[in-house]
Amino acid sequence: MSLHFIDTYRPIAILMIAALGFAAAPLALAWLWAKKFSPRKPGPLKNATYECGLETKSNVMLWFKPEYYIYAIVFLIFDVEAVFLLPFAVAFSGLSLGAVVAMLIFLLLLAEGLVWAWRKGVLTWV
Amino acid sequence: MDQQLRTELSRQGIFTTTLEELYNWGRKSSVWPLTFGLACCAIEMIATTMARYDLARFGAEVFRPSPRQADLMIVAGTVTKKMAPQVVRLYNQMPEPKYVIAMGACAISGGPFKQGYNVLKGIDRYIPVDVHIPGCPPRPEALMDAFITLQKKIESQSLTGAERPRHLDPDEPSEFVVPQYGAHDLEPPKNVKLWNITLKNTPNAPCATGEDGHRKD
Repeated sequence: MSLHFIDTYRPIAILMIAALGFAAAPLALAWLWAKKFSPRKPGPLKNATYECGLETKSNVMLWFKPEYYIYAIVFLIFDVEAVFLLPFAVAFSGLSLGAVVAMLIFLLLLAEGLVWAWRKGVLTWV
Repeated sequence: MDQQLRTELSRQGIFTTTLEELYNWGRKSSVWPLTFGLACCAIEMIATTMARYDLARFGAEVFRPSPRQADLMIVAGTVTKKMAPQVVRLYNQMPEPKYVIAMGACAISGGPFKQGYNVLKGIDRYIPVDVHIPGCPPRPEALMDAFITLQKKIESQSLTGAERPRHLDPDEPSEFVVPQYGAHDLEPPKNVKLWNITLKNTPNAPCATGEDGHRKD
């Protein structure tokens, strides 16, 4: 590893250490404060599951099925597509035919994915 | 550091403070209430947080939807006996330091429903109340006044010593008994550690006394 390499990355290392300290210092301070002044007061009622003030009736460690996650993924993909579309639109008049075709294929692939998701019934709320 | 030196230093442009003052300043400037309304007083509470009265000026605009993140419980409205256990349980689930404002006649005494069989005659029978506001309902200005009163109370609390607030004292409880539905009333009907006032109906009981200590009537 050359000296130049270390010199290049030294500011980043310093920043990372500072960032760690920035996060750790308040936590450490809070911990010390609790040790010195503020006693811990846990209790069965305080640690009970919060259910709008009511007593919990059954097991609270339920499994919430994320049945809508494919919708979220589809949204994410089209979100990223928008990021690609913007430079495409800006540079549109100066692009070669090959670039335009490549971009259209990219769009077509995504549209195809949307059709697939639609036919699979992802877009209907369960 | 005595007050004279502090004044002198601040005149020279040097700001001095103590850990206790910083702590109290931090606590009083971010008292987050619990999102929680019981009756018509809650409408006034909502109005207090809106643009016209703007409770955000005092650092209390963030109404938390969970007791885990809340510092202040504004008991805004009639506490029915059906609802009292839930109120107490929510208070218990709040982390320390926690404060309570009893807003309106119902929350402090039962108000116009005091004779009703199903109304709790004041939430201070079960949880420690810091500020009581009378009124039916109290205007937003009254709630702000109660809030400023609470801030003054927080500001004056000491960090150590016998006079320190409840949350800094390891012997003081953080949880209070949650009443159960009984056959005729809540069980227990009151928390005797908090509410040990015996109301005597004697003819010579002192009521309104003047400045000289004698009864006015």
